[in-house]
Amino acid sequence: MTTLASRASSGRRHHDGINRGQARSGWLFTAPTLILLGLFLVIPIFMALWVSVSDWNGNGSPFTSAVNFVGLKNFGSVLAGDGLAEQNFGESLRNNAWYVILVVPLQTILSLFLAVMVNRQVLRGRGIFRTAFYFPSVTSSVAITVLWLFLFSQSGAINNVLSWVGINGPNWFNEPSGIIQDGLAGLGVKSGPVFLTGNSFLGVSWWDWIGGPSVAMTALIFMAIFTTSGTFMLLFIAALQNLSGEVQEAAMVDGANGWQRFRFVTLPQLRPTLFTVLTLGLIGGWQIFDQIYTGTQGGPAGTTTSPAYLSYSTAFQSQNWGQGAAIGFLVFIIIVLFTILQRFVLRDRKVSKRRMRLYQLKPKPQELPTGGDA
Amino acid sequence: MQRRNRWLGAGILALASAVALTACGTGFNSGSGSASGTGLTSSKKPLTVLIGSSGPAETTAVTSAVASWSKSSGTGAKVLAASNLDQQMAQGFASGKPADVFYLGTGALAGYASSGDLLAYGDKLSNKSDFYPSLVKSFTYNGKFYCAPKDFSTLQLVINKSLWQAAGLTNADIPTTWDQLESVAKKLTTGGVVGLSMNGQYERMGAFMVEAGGNLMNADSSKATADSSANVTALTFVKKLLNEGVMKYASAVGEGDGGQALGAGKAAMTVEGNWVTGELSSDFPTVKYTVAPLPSGPAGKGTLVYSNCWGIAKDSPNQAAALKLVEQLTGAKQQLAFSKAFGVLPSIQSAASAWKSANPALVPFLDGATYAQGVPASKGSAAVLTDFDSKLATLATSDPKTILAAVQKNLQATIQ
Repeated sequence: MTTLASRASSGRRHHDGINRGQARSGWLFTAPTLILLGLFLVIPIFMALWVSVSDWNGNGSPFTSAVNFVGLKNFGSVLAGDGLAEQNFGESLRNNAWYVILVVPLQTILSLFLAVMVNRQVLRGRGIFRTAFYFPSVTSSVAITVLWLFLFSQSGAINNVLSWVGINGPNWFNEPSGIIQDGLAGLGVKSGPVFLTGNSFLGVSWWDWIGGPSVAMTALIFMAIFTTSGTFMLLFIAALQNLSGEVQEAAMVDGANGWQRFRFVTLPQLRPTLFTVLTLGLIGGWQIFDQIYTGTQGGPAGTTTSPAYLSYSTAFQSQNWGQGAAIGFLVFIIIVLFTILQRFVLRDRKVSKRRMRLYQLKPKPQELPTGGDA
Repeated sequence: MQRRNRWLGAGILALASAVALTACGTGFNSGSGSASGTGLTSSKKPLTVLIGSSGPAETTAVTSAVASWSKSSGTGAKVLAASNLDQQMAQGFASGKPADVFYLGTGALAGYASSGDLLAYGDKLSNKSDFYPSLVKSFTYNGKFYCAPKDFSTLQLVINKSLWQAAGLTNADIPTTWDQLESVAKKLTTGGVVGLSMNGQYERMGAFMVEAGGNLMNADSSKATADSSANVTALTFVKKLLNEGVMKYASAVGEGDGGQALGAGKAAMTVEGNWVTGELSSDFPTVKYTVAPLPSGPAGKGTLVYSNCWGIAKDSPNQAAALKLVEQLTGAKQQLAFSKAFGVLPSIQSAASAWKSANPALVPFLDGATYAQGVPASKGSAAVLTDFDSKLATLATSDPKTILAAVQKNLQATIQ
């Protein structure tokens, strides 16, 4: 909004009467959105920030003299209280971290794969496939959660299919054990080494941190990949259709095979879209709430709580409003940090020397990476 | 220049919003209604009744009861069935315009009472002495009797009759001690049937703690007693049953709760509350069952009691009328009607004999009121119980003492 307003007069002299009028109308036209954003976004954020450092108890307005400033006490009890609040927050972070670690890369790869597939000219009935893959994204997440609860119940469709190949499926949404710990238990490692079980971070032992998502959370991870891949597929398709065919043809003339054209020609051009998809995935991943609220309510054994759900239940169910708001801001900080980190990793870099060698003209054509005609 | 203008604009926006907020802030607290001689507010304003309903039967029954009171008293009143009671109450209290009368669970009492949201009207009730003392204790916070118990539920032993007879057992075999419970559970456990099944949570297994002479907290939730030796005895007994394979959690037999496990024929006995009768008659209408008192433990009989009360908001402009409404709703006639409509137990002693003659098969549930104990109700105890339940899931392979020590620490933190 502000960029629009400033663009209206950028690069021109401010004393110019006509342009000043432009700036004014720029503000005028953006005012409705600015007011709405301020009223429903900026102001509530500052209200929540105040609640997170106050002892407001939910009675009346948080802006009265009866509500006191308590500094970082709420943040302290969540991060270092050595009590249940800290342990619950640690568990929710553990759950959500595994969720993000698995969901973001998998959904990005899957959506890119689907986009490349349905973007191929040779594929018949591309429209049908596109609609089919996009369909889960436009369905309400509540409806899909309910569907998932049925599919993954003890006697549900998934376990039925697994039984055809002789696998006795777990009781998905009631199974709190971590899948990595389950795998280790299958190899005979029933309990972790003392240096992992004996030491803890945020009230959760290191053995539990690395235990992997619970079986219940794994079902939710499948669901997230299933529902969001369609959305991101759409973004990738749009980006793919913007790529010019000439670059592809040039690569073909240079003798690059299909995989090389994808890896060294298409993918680098998709970098801005990749950044968008990863950022949206990351933010969405750390905000997981509705699936938990409608599906598991944090169970079994607190292995599907997320910080967002914990913030809600701390505030509305335990009536610890300050702590609930504090958790909300901690999630905000996590998201910002990860986005900055990702921006740093995906920044435009000078082509490295190793990579540069690939593009340099070689005296002999057989020194191409892995030759072959298109 | 342009940049500075932008910051100036943002500053003005922030300032304006702050002004607007403080204006809202004062608006929040403008109370209305005048205090009468009894210290209660009184006005002509209609009452709002917010309920967390179990289903259409309950909503209809409460709505018609409130409507008939409204007609006879001349005060308007409407019933709202909350889709999320916690959230809607919190919004009401924060805005200063809460529902006048609402359902309030034992777990939420301490939080709202300590925030000053509730009117402590218990001592003003004309039928105060009629309520069961254990229920009055559940709704007493800091020595004040806050609200009138609406109704209650207790846990007892529910037995699947056909599985019981198939194992060659008769009415004389109904267990009255832990040892007998263990031996019949062994007899009832066959290929596809487990002798005893219940939810793997404190809200069921806590009954064994009471039978052993313990509980997680004392009666008015002012002291944590989780690590007592009685509690260790109780959990050790349950652990033994689990390891013998004669007891399984409902989730382990693939059912949502003990009632479903019993109805589906996967368990011969379960520990459930009186709500199980509605569940069984709607989901498993052909299954026959018997309700027996839970067997006595080392310290005699024991069970857990659950209850809701009729909360009245301190900010209500018409507290006097709200009190009158609650007195009517907790009267014997109305409570028996509620019981008939949605299967709850009346919270007053004067309705007991009429209820027992109407429900002879369910008498053990009502009798439980005399020896039952409540669940922890200190502020934040709900989160502790959730954590305890998650640890009980692995009780079969863990040490009861360690689990209870962690609960003790967490409960102690809720009362400091």
